[in-house]
Amino acid sequence: MERRRNFFPLAGFLVCVIAFVSYFLFFYRFAVTRDVPWTGWLLLGFGLALVYAGLVRAFRRPERYRGKVLGSILAVLSVAVAGSFLFATTVGSRDLPAAAGAPKVGQKAPDFTLQDPQGRTVRLYDLLGSQAGGAGAPSWVVLIFYRGYW
Amino acid sequence: MRSFQEQLPELTKRGIRPVAVSVDPPATTREHLAKTGWTFTFLSDPDAKAVRQYDLAHDVGGGKVIARPAELLIDPTGTVRWVNLTEDLRVRARPEMVTAEFDRIAGRAP
Repeated sequence: MERRRNFFPLAGFLVCVIAFVSYFLFFYRFAVTRDVPWTGWLLLGFGLALVYAGLVRAFRRPERYRGKVLGSILAVLSVAVAGSFLFATTVGSRDLPAAAGAPKVGQKAPDFTLQDPQGRTVRLYDLLGSQAGGAGAPSWVVLIFYRGYW
Repeated sequence: MRSFQEQLPELTKRGIRPVAVSVDPPATTREHLAKTGWTFTFLSDPDAKAVRQYDLAHDVGGGKVIARPAELLIDPTGTVRWVNLTEDLRVRARPEMVTAEFDRIAGRAP
C-alpha cells in the first residue's frame, strides 16, 4: 500500500511561525492582545498540537504515513519557535533599566526644550503654562517617553 | 500611542495635554505622524538630553541611547503627580489610567 504524505508537522510548524510573526506585526498594536500575548499562546498551542498529531501517526502507523524524519525536524523547529516567542515576551521585553533616578511623585518635573516635528522649539514649562512659570494657559501634561523608530 | 490618540477627547476635556518624547529626529517623527495621523504633541530628543534628565536612558548597544518606556502626569505647577515605569516594554500605561488618576486627584467622580 502506498504510504500517504503527512502534512500535519509542516502545517503545525507554519502555524507556529504565524503565531510568532502575527504577534509582533499585528497583535502588538492593540493593548488587549499585546499586554498578555494570548493570541500567540493560542496559535502556538494549536501549531504544536498539529505537529504532535503528525509525529504520532508517523511513528505509530509508519506503514500508512510518512514523516518520521522530516516530522521530527519540524517538531524541533516548532519547539524552537515557541521557545523564542516565550523568551521574547518574558525575559526579552523585561530587559529595561530600572530608572531609579526618575522623578518621583511630588517632585518638580525637570524642564527641557526640544524640537517638534516641524523643527519648532518647544519648552515643557510653556506647555504647562503660567503657573509653572511658562508662557501660555495653565495645563496638565502627560509625558509619554517612547522608544521611537530611529 | 494609538490609545492616547483615541482617548484624546477624554484627555482634552480634563485639560490634560499628551506630550510624547523619543530620540527620533523631527523628520522621522514627521513621517511617522503622516502615516498614523496622530495629532497630539510629539517632541524630538535626538541627543537623549531630556531622556537622561529623567533618568530613562536605555543603552541598546552601538552607542545608541533611547528612552525606556515611561509615563508621567504633571500638574500645571510642574509637579509630578503620577509616574508609571513599566517593567515590561510590551505593557504600557493606558490613557484610562491617566484620566482615572486625574479624576482621583481632582476629586471628581470617575
